[in-house]
Amino acid sequence: MTRAQTTPTRERPRTPVSTPGRVGEHTTRSDGVPKVKGEFEYSSDLWVDGMLWGATLRSPHPRARIWSIDTSEVEAMSGVRAVLTHGDVPGRKVCGMEIPDQPVLAWEHVRYQGEPVAIVAADHPETARRALEKIAVEYEVFEPLTDAEEAMSEEAPRLHLSGNLLRHIHTVHGDVANAAAEADVVVEGEYEVGMQDQAFLGPESGLAVPDGEGGVDLYIATQWLHIDRDQLAESLDLPPESVRLTLSGVGGAFGGREDLSMQIHACLLALNTGRPVKIMYNREESFFGHVHRHPARLRYEHGATKDGDLVYVKARIVLDGGAYASSSLAVCSNAASFSCGPYDVPNALIDTYMVYTNNPPCGAMRGFGAVQACFAYEAQMDKLAEALEMDPVELRIKNAIKPGDRLPFGQEMPEPAPVAELLRRVAAMPMPEEKEVMGRDLRELPGGVSNVTHGEGVNRGVGYAVGFKNVCYSEGFDDYSTARVILSMEGGEPLVQVHTAAAEVGQGLVTIQEQVARTELGVERVSILPADTTVGSSGSSSASRQTYMTGGAVKGACEALRERVLERVRQEFGEDLDDLLLDDGMVFSESRGMLVPLAELIGDEELEENFEFHHKETFPFDENGQGNAHVQFAFAAHRAVVEVDTELGLVRVVEVATAQDVGKVMNPQGLEGQIEGGIAQGLGLALLEEIQVSEGKIQNASFTDYLIPTILDMPPVRAEILELADPDSPYGLKGVGEPPTIASTPAIVSALRDATGQELARVPVKPEQIVGLATKPPDRPPQPGSGGYSGIGRLDERSET
Amino acid sequence: MRLRLSVNGEMREADGVWEGESLLYVLRERLGFPGSKNACEQGECGSCSIYLDGVLVCACLVLAGQAEGREIITVEGIAEGERLHPVQEAFVETGGVQCGFCTPGLIVATHDLLGRNPNPTDREIREALAGNLCRCTGYEKILDAVHLAANRLSSA
Repeated sequence: MTRAQTTPTRERPRTPVSTPGRVGEHTTRSDGVPKVKGEFEYSSDLWVDGMLWGATLRSPHPRARIWSIDTSEVEAMSGVRAVLTHGDVPGRKVCGMEIPDQPVLAWEHVRYQGEPVAIVAADHPETARRALEKIAVEYEVFEPLTDAEEAMSEEAPRLHLSGNLLRHIHTVHGDVANAAAEADVVVEGEYEVGMQDQAFLGPESGLAVPDGEGGVDLYIATQWLHIDRDQLAESLDLPPESVRLTLSGVGGAFGGREDLSMQIHACLLALNTGRPVKIMYNREESFFGHVHRHPARLRYEHGATKDGDLVYVKARIVLDGGAYASSSLAVCSNAASFSCGPYDVPNALIDTYMVYTNNPPCGAMRGFGAVQACFAYEAQMDKLAEALEMDPVELRIKNAIKPGDRLPFGQEMPEPAPVAELLRRVAAMPMPEEKEVMGRDLRELPGGVSNVTHGEGVNRGVGYAVGFKNVCYSEGFDDYSTARVILSMEGGEPLVQVHTAAAEVGQGLVTIQEQVARTELGVERVSILPADTTVGSSGSSSASRQTYMTGGAVKGACEALRERVLERVRQEFGEDLDDLLLDDGMVFSESRGMLVPLAELIGDEELEENFEFHHKETFPFDENGQGNAHVQFAFAAHRAVVEVDTELGLVRVVEVATAQDVGKVMNPQGLEGQIEGGIAQGLGLALLEEIQVSEGKIQNASFTDYLIPTILDMPPVRAEILELADPDSPYGLKGVGEPPTIASTPAIVSALRDATGQELARVPVKPEQIVGLATKPPDRPPQPGSGGYSGIGRLDERSET
Repeated sequence: MRLRLSVNGEMREADGVWEGESLLYVLRERLGFPGSKNACEQGECGSCSIYLDGVLVCACLVLAGQAEGREIITVEGIAEGERLHPVQEAFVETGGVQCGFCTPGLIVATHDLLGRNPNPTDREIREALAGNLCRCTGYEKILDAVHLAANRLSSA
């Protein structure tokens, strides 16, 4: 296939394979066909006769006291079926994954702009929205606490009874004080990471259906059905078996669906009205309805010998958790764990803080604490290379961590850890062609068809970065996964049904489960049953863990099933048969050939096996931040090539090259999708994406003002994959979802520094930083009548702000 | 108000439509065509791309009343009966679909592009699809899909 090549690019489509594949084979997704036809049912598509629409009144203030909530006017409105406040929550009035500190509906205090205060169910969504305007909430507004450093001071108001410091990890590794003298070169830096949003396209939505016996069924887009179920049962004051969840179509997640959004609200309204209730956020509400990536300030000091050996790292990392805990404890743990990068650092002293403020709550997003740290430590490595007059890749390779080295939190780096190899590979990849800049097609220049340069002032830059992260949950958490596998005959053909509660969020987990079942049981036809809470927990579709954990659970259940089948064969054909295998729906003996078709062996039976898969044990940190806390480490290196209009600060990313160790390629197509998509989100953080918060209020809650990369922004990706098996994991695989998002951001910023000579200590990098006008974007307080999103909730309150 | 319009070749009628409803809302919630997606509802993401009298539009930016008597083609009208359209096939085969929420809009927008330009270059594809946001794929596989579909359509 030939095509016009206008930009450097990787090899173009390999021969498409639509046959169902096994582990390691290029396999297309089975849910692809309904998705391209518009028939796949997402949570926002759910519809039943007679359903009501729910809507949520949110606080327009980041910090206020609620003196009263008057709903009387709404109760009289035609078409309104229910209006509920905190007093209507029958059970636990708070929720939260790690710390239940977030009110289901606010009482007394609101701690962030957008906090839910009241909910309404009505016949039409517009009626529900108008009803919200009639709810009278009397607020006493306080000055919000929006600075994370300030929140840690003695004088700061305490936002929670436990104080404002959510977590502090003090990591002591080696002896920095004594080692400092050995350092010939010391570089320091202060870095900042803005608040990124997951910006999944499918809005938060779901449908709650009362069962008529006091219980409820919820059809929902989420990342972890069981943790939702448990929180729902607590707040609805129902036994868990009366709260049944079924996964609906999920339009992306990236961490943003770990916390509850509308789940409890829809169930409360459904139980109160006795009717099905659907809640669906619009894009503006979505920005208030889920947590974001933690903004961070990171201060680093690196010391090295004149030969470039790292001697010590000192760091102080402050993460702004916003108003509620969400998964902040674990994000803090990750930032601390990965603070020094995948390098052999003999001495480290790291203080990592997570604090409450009145900013939007922050929690899980792809990369989860590793992203913020990587931006800073990779900037430091570049700075150190410059101070040492060393090649930045050479410096990294020289210090690359190896199996057997101790990480700053005391854990020994397990095999495999090919950090140096990944760096060598990205450095060795061919560079994208550099065409004469003057006279190019406008579309190949920064600014594109805006026609802002014809090549004048355009510089090219190249940057490198490497990053790593844990796979699976850490610090002693047993995030097991459960699978139920059923083998039966259908129409004379063997059929395997796989039932788990694992959330397909777009990453391709359904395909992986099918591949595993085909591989282990040697059948072609595999059906993935809807994920729901009638089977045991599969844990969350996060931490790059589902292929490892649920893949492992499905593999375990299939192996048990296979053993049962083969045991039967042995009973029938000879106890000593130790060379049996299943393939093509038949049982073979390697020595005796085909023994019996499955159809004959099973008949009308349904053989079922359940399996619970656990990863190896992990341990919490001690008071010095030491512990074997993590299950597995995954690595990726990136090289970015950029072109910058140095006069206007506009950027065109020419190419991102990457090398990643994945242990085992489970599905080449799915893997490439994770790598390319992850890099796009890393590019977004480098150049475009930031929720701008001023005085605790979000300024850009829309896709007009919060920019995610378009197809014009995203360059071709060149990828090399290493398959170094992890001896502990199923098939030797490593989690692949997050590593692409970690080092891609610092690689792009490094390339920008190369092109411009600017320090660029903050992401996303804005044009004004590139041209050297400001080190950070100007603070833009909302102007009266500016029409910004400075207030939400009641329309009349918007004009006050 | 009452609304009459043709959707995917069939006349449809909706009663009791509130004047403020968008065409997207009427298609999704009143007429049973939820294929067009509601990711931003302000014309930024392209997930609700449809044809209105043969012109590619965001259904969220069209007031329902403006569609009175007009011809709509949604993503549900792209397949040829049970057989996928080559554009749809190509998105599945190349991996241009992950979560799939942007996919219906991209299918319609690609269908429109290839109708105008049967053999587009990378640059032309990027320009034509710049109004369709995808958060999962990084767009590489979408470029692959468009090229594959173009090849199949032009060799058909």
